Amino acid sequence: MSATVVDKTQEEGLHEPHPKKNYLTADHTIKSWLLTVDHKRIAVLYLISTTFFFFLGSIAAAFIRAELTNPMGTLLTSETYNKMFSAHGIIMVFFFLVAVIPGVLGNFLLPIMVGARDLAFPRLNLLSWYVFMAGGTCFVIALMMGGVDAGWTFYTPLSSLYSNTPITLALVGVFFAGFASIFTGLNFIATVHKMRAPGMTWFRMPLFVWGQYATGVIMILGTPVIAITLLMVAIERMFKIGIFSPELGGDPVLFQHLFWFYSHPAVYIMLLPGMAVISELMACFSRRPVFGYKFVAFSSIGIAALSFLVWGHHMFVSSQSVLQGIVFSLISFLVAVPSAIKVFNWALTMWKGSVHFTTPMIYALGFLGLFVVGGLTGLYLAAIDTDVHLTGTYFVVAHFHYVMVGGTIMAFLGGLHFWWPKMFGRMYSEFWGKLSAIIVFVGFNFTFFPQFILGYLGMPRRYHYYYFAPEWQVYHVLSSAGSTVLGIGFLMPAFYLTASLINGKRAGRNPWGAKGLEWEHADSPPVTLNFDKPVVVTGPVYDYDAEKDSEMIRAGQRLVDMVKGEEEK
Amino acid sequence: MNFPLMPPQASEHAVAYDALFWTITALTVIFTLIVGVMIYGFAVKYKRGSSADRRNAQSHNEKLEVLLLVVPTVLGLAIFAWSAVNFTSVRTPKKDEMELFVIGKRWMWHVQHMNGIRENNEMHVPVGQPIRLTMISQDVIHAMYLPAFRAQYHVVPGRYTSLHFTPTKPGTYKLLCGIHCGTQHSEMVGFVHVLSQQDFDEWLESGGNRYTKADRSMEQVGADLWKEKGCGNCHQGTDNNRAPSLNGIFNTQRTMTDGSTVLANEDYLRESILRPWDRISAGYENTMQAYANSLSEEQVLSLIAYIKSTGSGATPGQGEYEQPVRDGRALDSSSKSTIDIANDRASAGASQAKELTN
Ligand code: HEM
Ligand SMILES: [Cu+2]
Ligand SMILES: [Cu+2]
Repeated sequence: MSATVVDKTQEEGLHEPHPKKNYLTADHTIKSWLLTVDHKRIAVLYLISTTFFFFLGSIAAAFIRAELTNPMGTLLTSETYNKMFSAHGIIMVFFFLVAVIPGVLGNFLLPIMVGARDLAFPRLNLLSWYVFMAGGTCFVIALMMGGVDAGWTFYTPLSSLYSNTPITLALVGVFFAGFASIFTGLNFIATVHKMRAPGMTWFRMPLFVWGQYATGVIMILGTPVIAITLLMVAIERMFKIGIFSPELGGDPVLFQHLFWFYSHPAVYIMLLPGMAVISELMACFSRRPVFGYKFVAFSSIGIAALSFLVWGHHMFVSSQSVLQGIVFSLISFLVAVPSAIKVFNWALTMWKGSVHFTTPMIYALGFLGLFVVGGLTGLYLAAIDTDVHLTGTYFVVAHFHYVMVGGTIMAFLGGLHFWWPKMFGRMYSEFWGKLSAIIVFVGFNFTFFPQFILGYLGMPRRYHYYYFAPEWQVYHVLSSAGSTVLGIGFLMPAFYLTASLINGKRAGRNPWGAKGLEWEHADSPPVTLNFDKPVVVTGPVYDYDAEKDSEMIRAGQRLVDMVKGEEEK
Repeated sequence: MNFPLMPPQASEHAVAYDALFWTITALTVIFTLIVGVMIYGFAVKYKRGSSADRRNAQSHNEKLEVLLLVVPTVLGLAIFAWSAVNFTSVRTPKKDEMELFVIGKRWMWHVQHMNGIRENNEMHVPVGQPIRLTMISQDVIHAMYLPAFRAQYHVVPGRYTSLHFTPTKPGTYKLLCGIHCGTQHSEMVGFVHVLSQQDFDEWLESGGNRYTKADRSMEQVGADLWKEKGCGNCHQGTDNNRAPSLNGIFNTQRTMTDGSTVLANEDYLRESILRPWDRISAGYENTMQAYANSLSEEQVLSLIAYIKSTGSGATPGQGEYEQPVRDGRALDSSSKSTIDIANDRASAGASQAKELTN
């Protein structure tokens, strides 16, 4: 993106007397971190905390996979097993996936990408992190009290009257996490509307910003619904006021309507930011503008809108009328269309591009492959008839892991590797980076592909034992073996990225030769207020030239050939 | 080692289901291949430094976008329509269904046949006979899941739900719980035994071999309860000033005190027994005692079976499977096999349908 810079420092003849400070070195006290209102520092806080929760959730997953290698189970009681999958689901959904890309990459980049010095409400942003941590703490305490066993979906009346685990505390935790995400959404929307730099028109915004914006809209429209719903469960639990339990005069299916009214859009809260990252990666490493920019931008908005109309596809067999089911099924097919558009456009972005196989790009290509499978298997579930047999089985488990791990987490890791040099000013080892991307891709498929077959065979999810179906074991063993590989793939970045902070090469402003305000006008790491001088945008977004980029390499190659030829003579 | 790829295919719907399932699978494979080839092809051909022609690159192309929008939409709608047709047909009750009652409770399945035989975690059904399960939960939500029949439906507390299937192959198949219901969710499993017609009749006559012979049918149990609880003190043969008569009330439209009308289906009857104050029939006062704490789900089902046995209204388009065929029939249906009952009902239904068209 080209931009004219109004260089006030030169005009006024001011020069900094000391080596330039960036947002990391601006102040070193703990207090300066805990009371920071700098969006970049808050992003780092989110990075640390979501990484912690990811680690916690993964431990639970490891237990689940280990237990399922045997039809009779060997390690855990059923009670503990149920607590494991509940902890895994609640942590991964509410304390990791929903928060990770908006909290880390969104917070860090959104203001820089629109040329602003911070988010619209910096203090609200800090509050969001504290509220998030308060929620996380509640849930960790609930875990220490023994954990909860009603699953991440908290279906009533199991959660409200029958479970005797610390559900209320867990609900309060999720309630807080919800507010953190409302605050983030609010901030993003206000920033995009009000804080864009001069010249930064809507259609000059990177697609990352469009994606975060659409996510923000879902966050503030959907999250209040889940928050109040969970509160109602807590009220029914504590005061025995009948809302969802038939024996108290309530309606158990009402809970599902309210829950999925949020939780379907929430899958897009988890996914849209990932899609937003992928657009940036594909553009940069193909050296091309994203194909069909406007279609991709509006498909985010289309997804956000339609996602509120399909919640009933989680309830095809929970006593909906036939007509109701069919209407929800139809709309679910329609919401798949914008996702399909995005996939084709990302692939077409490479057309006549100049494709760089860097670590972030390999993650992005992995995302494309896995998301295609995840999205297409959504069709089996959106088709009301095929869903009847697959709902509540491992097929659903496989489907949403393909979209949420294969989609969101691949995108997050791709984005993290892409912007790592910007965030911390250091390069990591490309060798280890590429290796981790490949290991994650392979391990992921071994873990989750067998689960599609298991689901079709009839293995219900959340089953501790399957002694009545020993023929399923082979797929469980495959899946558990794959998950070990996947686990190694996920652990690797923790090591080499941390190592890069100490001995990584200095990155410089723009190590990837990328376009965008964050690369062209901000240091790595950026200074506290992002830019030395106010930014004015004058050119289009994604102003890449693939031909020139490739010609550079070819010219280099010709030179090498020439030298070689001389030597041979 | 053995890698099974399909569950047994043991119902009419399973065949229709698998046709659709594998068609979607074929489309999935084709689309994955198209996108895969596109990605791989582009990535290799346009690798940085390759000599590919990069002139006239386009970064948008409305015609192409519209094509990419229309083709998946049309294919998707075709799949949707097919699936909607399949679903509608499997959820539409068949004429000659045999009805079984299922109560889900943590953590077992309780099945009851019309003639009173009870089974736990097992269900015996005859091959080729359309089955209707009328289900309710006594505690949390469960789901009756029969993978070999591609059949599943939630079993919810506080309301009846139904599941319909027609087994086509004798054998023993899994019966599972499809909704997490607490500690022993994964042990809430059992088997469906699909027997030949003859085996089934024998099984039913002998009270299910391993089970004690049912001495009373559900209707008889209901009739006894009716006496024991004194229902008949108020609900007499004809409407009186204390209460309406319940004879033949099933599946008729009832008018409430607030002027609204309600179909007297199983759910209505259940609610009216357990919590009568919720809806009061026009012309009456709220004087009936609530039985919410004194009747089990099983007893409520028996009472409903008894009320149904006094006849039912023929509301067009509603529950054709419950035609008023039991009027005046002796209550000792245990001497009759369920099949006979079903056949009786079917023929009565057919003759009634004739009457209606005449
Ligand atoms: C491409 C379009 C998609 C379609 C048509 C689709 C369709 C569906 C349907 C119908 C279900 C319900 C299955 C059932 O419970 O029986 C489902 C489950 C689920 N989907 Fe998708 N999906 C799509 C994409 C996504 C995306 C993008 C995400 C997340 C980022 C996602 C996450 C989930 C989750 C978490 C569940 C499971 C919820 C649960 O029961 O616990 N899906 N999907
Ligand atoms: Cu959904
Ligand atoms: Cu269960």
